[in-house]
Amino acid sequence: MNIVVLVKQVPDSEAMVQVKANGSGVDIEEKYTLNFFDSLALEEALQIKEKIGSGKVTLITLGTQKSVEALRTGIAMGADEAFLLEDQALMEGDEYTTAKALAKAINGMDYDLVFCGKEAFDDSSGAVGPIVAEFLGIPHVTSVVKVDVSSDEQTVTVEREIEGGKEIIKAGLPVLLASQKGLNEPRVPPITGVMKAMREEVKRLDLNDIDVSPGEVGRQGAKEEIVRFYRPPKRPPVTMIEGEMIDVVRELVKFLKEKIRTL
Amino acid sequence: MAEEVWVFAEHQDKKIRKVSLELLVKGREFADRLGVELAVLLLGSGVDGLGEELTTYADRVYQWDNPLLDKYNSEVYLQIISNFVKKENPQIFLAGATFLTRDFFPRLAARMETGIAVDCVNLDVDGNNLLMARRPLFGGKVLADVVCRKGRPQIALVRPNTFPLLTTKGTRKGKVHKLMVDVDSSQLKLQVVEILGSAKERLDLTEAEIIVTGGRGMKGPENFKLLEELADVLGATVGASRAVVDSGWKPHGDQVGKSGKTVSPKLYFAVGVSGAIHHIMGMDTSKVVIAINKDQRAPIFQYADYGIVGDLFEFLPLLTKELKEAFGSR
Repeated sequence: MNIVVLVKQVPDSEAMVQVKANGSGVDIEEKYTLNFFDSLALEEALQIKEKIGSGKVTLITLGTQKSVEALRTGIAMGADEAFLLEDQALMEGDEYTTAKALAKAINGMDYDLVFCGKEAFDDSSGAVGPIVAEFLGIPHVTSVVKVDVSSDEQTVTVEREIEGGKEIIKAGLPVLLASQKGLNEPRVPPITGVMKAMREEVKRLDLNDIDVSPGEVGRQGAKEEIVRFYRPPKRPPVTMIEGEMIDVVRELVKFLKEKIRTL
Repeated sequence: MAEEVWVFAEHQDKKIRKVSLELLVKGREFADRLGVELAVLLLGSGVDGLGEELTTYADRVYQWDNPLLDKYNSEVYLQIISNFVKKENPQIFLAGATFLTRDFFPRLAARMETGIAVDCVNLDVDGNNLLMARRPLFGGKVLADVVCRKGRPQIALVRPNTFPLLTTKGTRKGKVHKLMVDVDSSQLKLQVVEILGSAKERLDLTEAEIIVTGGRGMKGPENFKLLEELADVLGATVGASRAVVDSGWKPHGDQVGKSGKTVSPKLYFAVGVSGAIHHIMGMDTSKVVIAINKDQRAPIFQYADYGIVGDLFEFLPLLTKELKEAFGSR
């Protein structure tokens, strides 16, 4: 079984992000990591391959040289092959153009399953995965917390988290699955994996390789346009309620009585 | 008929979800400003009553009532809605940011060759009659205003509790349009086999107006009954921090934070929660935050409106008791 995993290198949740003075962009501290939900996606792909005992796990990311780090992390975990899709024309795109380029690249590959994370930590959009499935013309399931591949390798049965419960869905292959927390515990890359990742070649793709014109992707092809970035309003300083616990509680109850009516 | 403002109506347990009603109020404002009609899309099985209810908000209720729609299936929804969007050409299409809409709306947008703004925390119509959607990026460290000039409809999925509900019942008298479901179910590649556990007595965290969240300071799963009791008095939903979920005290569906649920209640209690950045990213848009922690240096106090330093095992039963006396039995 051949599995493609979409990954993304994202700022760590601890990284400082500053809005440029004129609101035209952001400055991000140099603390990046493989997107958490993508590590779940890769772990699941590896487990499926290991269980079946054959096949290939291929990573792909759209980005810049910085994104190679995510691919190396993935190889260290056990992926067989990694592609970086990089081109000046792909810069400043949106979910639509990113998905279009990724789908074009995946189209040329031999795949039975596509995995991705539920969303990326930076934009929390969760749209690229389903849109890749749209361009590939295959079904998709998001928020996946359990995957079972049938013994004939023709279908999967997955559990999907919904508000207050779960859905069980059966899908014919190929299908795209977006992983949600709870799916698995991603492995820590073994030292041999880390050594392999340092040696392994990352394959590079650009616009010429994927049969897309510059006008269809990146800033030119994007449907959404960011008009302005800004800092969220700050909460006023905290008011500490002090004293004996019973007095603290009574003051809070008085406040809540007022608040719950007006909120 | 064209150029309408649309809202997608989600429902659960025979009730329209709160977030859909919030968007109908906002959608009305936009439709009036743009001088067009407000329509709502309702898909389901046995939804006649809901359709009637929606006519008090919208000029038109587009209703698909069919047993095939009893369980959500992305392929079926996509086929019905994309065909109808092509036919009617709305200019704005709003929906709540929920598990269901986040599953199929991105794909709908791509099929329509238009953009989508997910998880919005505000919406407006600008001077050029364009929908301006405000999205949090980097876990809320930054906000961005986005517009879609190059596609129609302009699609936005909005975080629940972003806009107020009507304080009185709607007074419109819209019209229900009953539409045929024309889907060849033999062509479907996805099949929803079963839905496990719904019908919860409490609102989901994402829609709750009051949330009481317990952190590692709760010391063990058995102590969450103290939070349940407080939640009962307040009509609140109980949440959990990542530490609590990772320790297996609570299921992942209860987690508030970046790798869990993002919530925007009117009132948020952080009980024994230290306030790691992951947690803050999931609750920082709450309107009023009250924190109790035994450590006065806990980061949560930097993100709270009211703070109490003390023992939560003393605090919780007292608060529940005093609230019961103050509110009577709610």
